Amino acid sequence: MTERVVDVRGLHVTLGEQPVLHGIDFHVDAGEVVTLLGANGSGKSTLVRAVAGLVPAAAGDIALFGRPLRSFREWRRIGYVPQRTTAAGGVPATVKEVVASGRLARRKPFVPASRADRDAVTRAIDLVGLADRTNDGIDTLSGGQQQRALIARAAAGEPDLLVLDEPNAGVDIRSQEAFARSLRTFVASGRTVLLVLHEMGPLASLVDRAVALDSGRVVHDGPPPGRADAGAHEGQEPGRAAAARAAAGMTEDLTPGHGAAGVPDDHPHSNEEQGGPFGWNS
Amino acid sequence: MELLNYDFMQRAVLAALLTGLAAPAVGTYLVHRRLALMGDGIGHVALTGVAVGLLTGWAPVWTAVVVAVIGALAIELVRAHGKASGDVALAMLFYGGIAGGVLLTGLAGSTAATLNTYLFGSITTVSQEDLVVIGVLAVAVIVLSIGLGPQLFAVCQDEEYARACGIPVRLYSILIAVMAAVTVAVAMRTVGLLLVSALMVVPVATSMQLTRGFRATFALALALGVAPSLGGVVFAYYVDVAPGASIVVFALAGFVLAWPLGTAVRRARRRRRTNGEDPRVTGVHVPTEEHPHQHDDECGHPAVEHGDHTDYLHDGHLHAAHGKHYDEH
Repeated sequence: MTERVVDVRGLHVTLGEQPVLHGIDFHVDAGEVVTLLGANGSGKSTLVRAVAGLVPAAAGDIALFGRPLRSFREWRRIGYVPQRTTAAGGVPATVKEVVASGRLARRKPFVPASRADRDAVTRAIDLVGLADRTNDGIDTLSGGQQQRALIARAAAGEPDLLVLDEPNAGVDIRSQEAFARSLRTFVASGRTVLLVLHEMGPLASLVDRAVALDSGRVVHDGPPPGRADAGAHEGQEPGRAAAARAAAGMTEDLTPGHGAAGVPDDHPHSNEEQGGPFGWNS
Repeated sequence: MELLNYDFMQRAVLAALLTGLAAPAVGTYLVHRRLALMGDGIGHVALTGVAVGLLTGWAPVWTAVVVAVIGALAIELVRAHGKASGDVALAMLFYGGIAGGVLLTGLAGSTAATLNTYLFGSITTVSQEDLVVIGVLAVAVIVLSIGLGPQLFAVCQDEEYARACGIPVRLYSILIAVMAAVTVAVAMRTVGLLLVSALMVVPVATSMQLTRGFRATFALALALGVAPSLGGVVFAYYVDVAPGASIVVFALAGFVLAWPLGTAVRRARRRRRTNGEDPRVTGVHVPTEEHPHQHDDECGHPAVEHGDHTDYLHDGHLHAAHGKHYDEH
């Protein structure tokens, strides 16, 4: 009885006059890591942007966490990482300020950031390995570091679903590996990831399921290409997904609100503090 | 300070103080959004508003607010649609504003000298009622730009991301436009409609030379807006010039001074910067800190397969056995 985090049925999207998606059926279950693959112009970015509520559907239905997109309001449960653009704002902003934007879905206007907000920002910056650059201008970072800062921004909101649009495009291998490592930690705590990739790179071992698009249609939905169990028929569960879900079930106990039942008593630093970016204790 | 013995001078100095705070406050968001020229456009349109006031006998500051807000909303509408012909539409709006203003002023029988006091400011013309209006509007702008700072920053920094967070981007964009329009009306008695945009942009540009972050830029820009505003008004008292001109020249002088300083600061910062990367994240071998706990199948920590071995999720870190210790993975 895994929750259906993203459920897309018969989705048509038209950008300008151009039809981009033609009847997409697609879903992501809780705890899964699903990647969208496809050539440029196949519609994969448009699909995640539609899921994030950024482009309107011409026809079909999108549901997030079991709610139709139209009435969905729990945006704090989704962390969106846009494709990195070189266009920065006209005024310098520090890494910390940009990452702090990730808390806005949880904050009210005119109310200053709480202790929990500030701690979550610090942890998210730690997670992507930019702690030394916290107070540097975001424009002084390399492309890969900027991309990591955007991932930290999404992580700071402590989302249940991370949606990433080409996180590795134009990113140096060091940052790609850093990102893969951050993502492993995220997935291990039972959260869900939907990402658009051009090539799998260091992320290949993390991905449970690949959905390939061509000209706005789904042409493959199953194990990622190049995997030993690739070619298994659609719907068969890859081993890693099951392992991740098992991990998900156990880590639920670590998150606030579920008590600390899964933590042994003799544990040297077990505590019941506020959860971190991804709901762990630190 | 015997000049403060004059009532008109007290009002002029207060108006300059409020303008010097409000203009850079809005200006920081406009510059961040790359709309530095928006204030200029609104100033042009507001001229028609002033002329409406002269023609009808209503207070020009109120008619200027109303027309400037309408103009700002039109500009925001064109911007949000992002059509390629948008800049031409904006240009026409600006020319229409100036031409309409001059035309209506002529119809009202006012002289070019009257118009000049609105175009470039005039320290002797701030009335008591003007000052009340200026005070209320300027304080509203300053409170909103500080209180809604995080939201406005997010909208200006990355509009698409803000929308994905569920922030009402359209509403905040309109708010920025309205705040800019109100600031133009507030500033027209001190710097004047044609130069108000300079007070929105120049202090921000100067501040950016010396700061790294948005909040620091914002705070310094407010200080850098107040100083030339007060200086310019006092200068205009001793030397009979339009205060708008002296305020803007002072602000620009500040920029010229800050520029080489900023270059030096940036160079020093670059030298100091170590390209520090957290090895836990970038993949070098990192043993965990002292770790008496022994991970195994039954230890209760979630196990995650990682290639040829098993990691255990432990307080947000993945631990992998390595000889007699654990590594961060």
